[in-house]
Amino acid sequence: MDFIQSIDYMGLLKCFVVGGIICIIGQILIDKTKLTPARILVIFVTTGAILGGLGIYKYLIDFAGAGATVPLLGFGANLAKGAIQEVKTSGLLGAFVGGVKASAGGIAAAVFFGYLASLIAKPKIKKQ
Amino acid sequence: MKPIETKQEYSDYVDKKSPNSPILKNCFNAFWVGGLICTIGQIIMDFCKYKGMDETGASTVVSITLIAISAILTGLNIFNKIGKFAGAGSLIPITGFANSIVSPAIEYKSEGYVMGVGGKMFTVAGPVLVFGISASVIIGIIAVLFAH
Repeated sequence: MDFIQSIDYMGLLKCFVVGGIICIIGQILIDKTKLTPARILVIFVTTGAILGGLGIYKYLIDFAGAGATVPLLGFGANLAKGAIQEVKTSGLLGAFVGGVKASAGGIAAAVFFGYLASLIAKPKIKKQ
Repeated sequence: MKPIETKQEYSDYVDKKSPNSPILKNCFNAFWVGGLICTIGQIIMDFCKYKGMDETGASTVVSITLIAISAILTGLNIFNKIGKFAGAGSLIPITGFANSIVSPAIEYKSEGYVMGVGGKMFTVAGPVLVFGISASVIIGIIAVLFAH
């Protein structure tokens, strides 16, 4: 298959290492601080948005691809990138429209699949 | 064993009994599981581009696919086992965001579909969206100011 031959293994390695390192940062926050997972997720998304807004994060995306976009830092950076791009085309309105528009696929998918899963799956019985 | 009387004694007791979390091992597991999830994402992205999608479209497909996989694994009760093993490795990628929505949606089904599923779904994801979206609006406004 042509696709198998077209895979850039060096790119996959960079992606693996960068994605892994971002997760190590998260793990250190879990082990060394008393932050709850919710706070850690908020910190990652907000940090990503700031790095994206400053235009720094795109260098990491250029380097590591999905290694930078799949972690929640990338989700934040994508929100910021969307807002900035939309501002260029529609001004102040874009500040409100752009961020969510850029991330709409992920947000809608999470909500939809969450609802779907709740219809199908049974809650696990908590062992006390 | 002598009874525990003060708060200080209690906290000493807890520190003594609770195992030191083996941070190196946790970090190693977080590293390879997190890296692997990102690599799966990259392969999906490469495949979408190979099929002729643009960068934005491809990365949206990656998010949706990883979210769908997380939802299935959460429903099958496999995700929380991965989470226990990998810690931040499955929390920090978009899979953690998906799990934070899907897991309470399933757990709170008994409280009804509107306030249970619909409301509790956002216990963790709500704050993420509040701060993420607010940050993006602020950044957009700053971008407007810089444009003038």
